[in-house]
Amino acid sequence: MSTASARIPFWRDVRVLRVSAQLLFVLVIVLIANWFYTNLQINLERTGIRFGFDFLWTTAGFDISEGIPFEPTDSYGYAFWVGVVNTLRVIGIGIVLATLVGLVAGIARLSSNWLVRQIAAVYIETIRNTPLVVQLFFWYTAVLLKLPRVDESIELPGPIYLSQRGLALPRPYATESFPWWGVVLAVGLLAALAVYIGRRISLARAQRPGFPALWAGGVFVLCAVGGWLVLPQAPLAWEIPTLGRFNFEGGWQLSPEFAALLAGLVVYTGAFIAEIVRGGILAVPKGQTEAARALGLRPLQVLRLVVIPQALRVIVPPLTSQYLNLAKNSSLAVAVGYPDLFNVANTIINQSGRAIEMVFLIMATYLTMSLLTSAFMNWYNRRVKLVER
Amino acid sequence: MRKKILAVGLVILLVLPLLSSGQGQPATTLGKVQARGKLICGVNNAVPGFGFVDPQGNYSGFDVDYCKALAVAIFNDPTKVEYRPVTAASRFPALQSGEIDVLIRNTTWTLDRDVGLPFNFAPTTFYDGQGFMVRKASRINTLRDLNGATICVLQGTTTEQNLADMARRLGITIKPLVFNDVNARDQAYDQGRCDAMTADASGLAAARVKLSKPDDHKILPELISKEPLGPVVRHGDDQWFDIVKWTAFCTMEAEELEVTSKNVAQLKASQDPRIRRLLGLEGDFGKKLGLDNAWCANVIEKVGNYGEIYDRNVKPLGLERIVDGKPSPNASWTDGGLIYSPPFR
Repeated sequence: MSTASARIPFWRDVRVLRVSAQLLFVLVIVLIANWFYTNLQINLERTGIRFGFDFLWTTAGFDISEGIPFEPTDSYGYAFWVGVVNTLRVIGIGIVLATLVGLVAGIARLSSNWLVRQIAAVYIETIRNTPLVVQLFFWYTAVLLKLPRVDESIELPGPIYLSQRGLALPRPYATESFPWWGVVLAVGLLAALAVYIGRRISLARAQRPGFPALWAGGVFVLCAVGGWLVLPQAPLAWEIPTLGRFNFEGGWQLSPEFAALLAGLVVYTGAFIAEIVRGGILAVPKGQTEAARALGLRPLQVLRLVVIPQALRVIVPPLTSQYLNLAKNSSLAVAVGYPDLFNVANTIINQSGRAIEMVFLIMATYLTMSLLTSAFMNWYNRRVKLVER
Repeated sequence: MRKKILAVGLVILLVLPLLSSGQGQPATTLGKVQARGKLICGVNNAVPGFGFVDPQGNYSGFDVDYCKALAVAIFNDPTKVEYRPVTAASRFPALQSGEIDVLIRNTTWTLDRDVGLPFNFAPTTFYDGQGFMVRKASRINTLRDLNGATICVLQGTTTEQNLADMARRLGITIKPLVFNDVNARDQAYDQGRCDAMTADASGLAAARVKLSKPDDHKILPELISKEPLGPVVRHGDDQWFDIVKWTAFCTMEAEELEVTSKNVAQLKASQDPRIRRLLGLEGDFGKKLGLDNAWCANVIEKVGNYGEIYDRNVKPLGLERIVDGKPSPNASWTDGGLIYSPPFR
């Protein structure tokens, strides 16, 4: 009698077959990848296209309408970076606002008030079921460009000017005495820290509850205001936007392109997040709400202390996908003329003809941003997840 | 399990031939076009007068007529063209990859495109230049008046770079607003988001027609660039390059010899050797190009000579070949312009 494995020939041994099937599969994948790669090589050679990233250091020669300071004499690489920063700006603000909109709309859709519920439902269903690029065009051409012309702009207190060229706001800037005020602030911070520690110690001695942070805050504000008044010149002044020949100059400018893209992304993604929030809340058993109410918690407290912490566990994973969607949808910026990384990269492609390299860069950048977002969200998910002991 | 192995084996069997085949058979572009039975022409679809598609899907325009001329030269049938609308950004990859046979889409001939990209430029059919359109009420009369202005510009063209170059040259600042869609750019300018719009003068003339009040706008007389526009082909097929080149010259030579679509039939009886050679009655230039000897006669008959093509498409935009007795570059060389064909002999 031989052993069991000796009786089964290897071509019928399940383990061998499994391993060899996997190996074969890997082999096929490698072969296909290699085929693509050599194909690319052959075609690049045949059409005489050079491959390399050295062009990124040559002069761009075009201008960018907004973002961190940029001159046409700067390089293609820096131009791309300006686009990346513009993209990050819209994604960062967009994610925060979309979450807020989604949270409010999601809760509103479950409201006991009929009207609130219906309004939320109409918003969510209309927005979720129309294409984003159409919505962007709507925001840009039908809303923001319909604002008054720049020479007839609406003046709000501040002064803030609103026109189809965007929003112009006063901007604080540091005057000559600002460094001195900085010193005063630092001293104030130290004093506040000292007061905080002192109060805590004395409160602990007296075994009495109190508000040491309030005391510390008071001291800091006192120092800041005192410093402002004592200094011969105010440390901060306002730069007021003024209407030049064509546009407002100076101050803070918010362009309608940025606003249209942001509004489009926030409203669109917010509708999806609302449904995720609703699903998350509905996933919390009704008994939890009833028990919390029975304990005498107010409706808002029920939501904040009982329902949302439990709903978050269901909400966070799909929420991550929505954040990633928002990030990737931001590449529609070119439709409304906002210079995001995709827009700038397209210009670079057109001017340098280096399509393969730029597409590679675009993909790598979006991939990096998405992987970072999802890494952060996975970390957050682990934090809010039910800790099982 | 056995089924799975079978499936894997089947996949490998299917993939292997793909791996071994590699590249397809190299064929001449003319051969491919003839085998396909139609020409694939990369065109614009949003510039009236040059390349425009109407709601019924019919293409028309100056560039489109040159697509038709090529189709006539090859098939003697102007309908044997498939128009592929390409964007400014997608046109070069489309030509490079062989998705289109020829690119006739207001494309500027530049050193970098001719040398850096593997392309050949056929003769210039339209001499354009980048200009500016402004509101008549804006008090902008010269380029310097544009200091501080927001300018709407289309992505993927030399226009963006010309604009920045101009600003640097004149020491003024401008804010370019870059769109990738003609209609978005026109909307933004029309509604007042931009103080000016820049494009090739031909493109501006075409855009002005589409504005809500065309008469409120004017095109500044100063041009900031040379934009010679013409058909483009890939490197590596000289026969195809010759066909595209000489089809364009055919229309120009016909105008010079005063052969039109109306009189070409009668002129076949002409004794003028230049006309006889042009119409393929003498010599076998058509054969040498790989075409029918009557290719040029057919082009003139079915599409027209240069002047006819120009008058049909570009003249309605308000762009004349001779302005106040002064020839534009697009006038025939006999009138002092730049439209000139090498001899047909």
